[in-house]
Amino acid sequence: MSDTTSQPVSQQTSRNLFQQLELDMRLLGMIGAFVILCIGFNIFTDGRFLTPRNLFNLTIQTVSVAIMATGMVFIIVTRHIDLSVGGLLAVSSAVMAITQTDILPTALGLGFDHPLIWVVTIFAGLAVGTLIGALQGWLVGYHAIPAFIVTLGGFLLWRNVGWFMTDGQTIAPLDATFLKLGGINGTLGEFWSWVIGAIAAVLSVWGLWMGRKSRAAHGFHVKPMWAELTVMGIVAGAILGFVAVLNAYHIPSRKLKRMFEARGEVMPEGLEVGYGLPISVLILIAVAVVMTVIAKRTRFGRYIFATGGNPNAAELSGINTRLLTVKIFALMGFLCALSAVVASARLSSHTNDIGTLDELRVIAAAVIGGTALSGGLGTIYGAILGALVMQSLQSGMAMVGVDAPLQNIVVGAVLVFAVWIDIQYRKRLGTK
Amino acid sequence: MARNPHRNAGETPLVEMKDISISFGGVKAVDHVSVDLHPGEVVGLLGHNGAGKSTLIKILSGAYAMDSGEIRVNGNKVEIHTPRDARAQNIETIYQTLALADNLDAAANLFLGRELVTPFGLVDDAAMESECRKIMGRLNPNFRKFSEPVSALSGGQRQSVAIARAVYFNAKILIMDEPTAALGPHETQMVAELIQQLKAEGIGIFLIDHDVHAVMELCDRASVMKNGQLVGTVEIDDVTDDDLLSMIILGKKPGEAAA
Repeated sequence: MSDTTSQPVSQQTSRNLFQQLELDMRLLGMIGAFVILCIGFNIFTDGRFLTPRNLFNLTIQTVSVAIMATGMVFIIVTRHIDLSVGGLLAVSSAVMAITQTDILPTALGLGFDHPLIWVVTIFAGLAVGTLIGALQGWLVGYHAIPAFIVTLGGFLLWRNVGWFMTDGQTIAPLDATFLKLGGINGTLGEFWSWVIGAIAAVLSVWGLWMGRKSRAAHGFHVKPMWAELTVMGIVAGAILGFVAVLNAYHIPSRKLKRMFEARGEVMPEGLEVGYGLPISVLILIAVAVVMTVIAKRTRFGRYIFATGGNPNAAELSGINTRLLTVKIFALMGFLCALSAVVASARLSSHTNDIGTLDELRVIAAAVIGGTALSGGLGTIYGAILGALVMQSLQSGMAMVGVDAPLQNIVVGAVLVFAVWIDIQYRKRLGTK
Repeated sequence: MARNPHRNAGETPLVEMKDISISFGGVKAVDHVSVDLHPGEVVGLLGHNGAGKSTLIKILSGAYAMDSGEIRVNGNKVEIHTPRDARAQNIETIYQTLALADNLDAAANLFLGRELVTPFGLVDDAAMESECRKIMGRLNPNFRKFSEPVSALSGGQRQSVAIARAVYFNAKILIMDEPTAALGPHETQMVAELIQQLKAEGIGIFLIDHDVHAVMELCDRASVMKNGQLVGTVEIDDVTDDDLLSMIILGKKPGEAAA
């Protein structure tokens, strides 16, 4: 048996400090690309790109696509595709808009801004999204209609079902509590943002530590202690740094004054209040954590990747790949509906064209994030970073003043280029 | 016969496949075939490509559902509709294609469909890797690549992962579909030794092979198929290579050929 694992001694000793950290090179590459992008735009906009205000906006603009991109990872990993996510978002948004402005307040007589409205509305939206997703998954899994066709049909179908239901009208205003889930209208404020940031930092460090302990207990290789501590430091620092940036974006003093006046108080002179973590970002973080746990630590996730790697082998191992397909598409539908909550709340209304072209953004985010269309490979954090890179490109170019057609030309070229880089990277890894 | 005491004692066979038929689109892939297997016995399944031997065995492993016939394990009639049913009867299969998910590591493949979980129901990768290291240490002590996807492994290493998967879960009945097709001479010898060892532990093995010499060396009996039908089952000690070849090619048992 040829042994390709043993490296020459000279290479062993040249393992530099950086390699000993044992970081994910793909992740580093993407973060590197993102940082270069940000610095580039910052130079071209005379420092307007890397401001707390812009970073805050960038974050809340990314949430909707990023939530869906995590679901698209599972779809693409199992060698399917979903072209209907924009349509699904639209129909879920339509259902929720009607539920909160018509059915609940008028037909059921709860009145406007009743505390139950936002809960019931979201529940209805998520149920509709999940059911439609499951239906599409059933057609793909049990009837062997290619996912491309089922969701191409869904692409036309669901958006227009939403249109039909709302008679094409824009629906506003939405429930006041519901609107808090959109972004700038619902933030935690500085104190609670720090609390959540601190908890997240502690949990991450604890998770890394427990992982190390578990490996050590089984006698497996662990990285050197200093490297482990450095990684913990970077992770905790990144989380707290993110909170610091969001807290540094202050509520404009006029708006703050109005908020005090509304409560019948007088604003103290020179008061500065930061926005802090938007609730929509918390939703995205929760989705990211749950989806990562599903991907890495559950049987469901293991079967998704096994099926993507070798559908035949998965079936012979006793995995019900048909039911798996239904579950994956249902999960995608659920996430589309969740994105619909965030998107319609951010725009403060439901419109017919909500989520238009999102299917392409979502697929692009997943693919830029390293999800291989050939199946079996992809990460949740990659897809979220991919969404962030796409959004930065788009809004950065808008800030620089690039013409609209040029913006799309660049985004399209970047998508193809990113996948080319990824293929080159994998080729090298394969021949190593 | 001394090397196969159970069968002569008239004990219940480990597996009986009786009168099995299956057809695909009007073609009878397996046509009223009956075979059996006793504990500690190796039965070779021989035949040309398309003779129906792989199809017959996929019925036993749950990959195909038969049209008619009956399967008995230890004398009890069992229903095998899915691979899960077969595994529940301690029937394990090493497929010709190995059936490995190339993007997962050895431990994930070893436990695919039967993952070890923590008390919270999450998959316990560390425990699975630890178990994987134990069994690989027994089967293939040179195996080192535990954290890489199996696509990075050599043919022999991949084969040992597939074998480990069949052996780890206390198989009573083992199906090997051309286990040495992709292997070099050294690894083929390893598989032969493993078969002897499993035999000694009382496991019954169906061995599908093209190579008549391998069958003569490893098997106690051989069942030959042609065009979906069973030509016959013979004791290896009673026949020569040429007898088996003429069964495969002409579809006649040695006695009939003389008549």
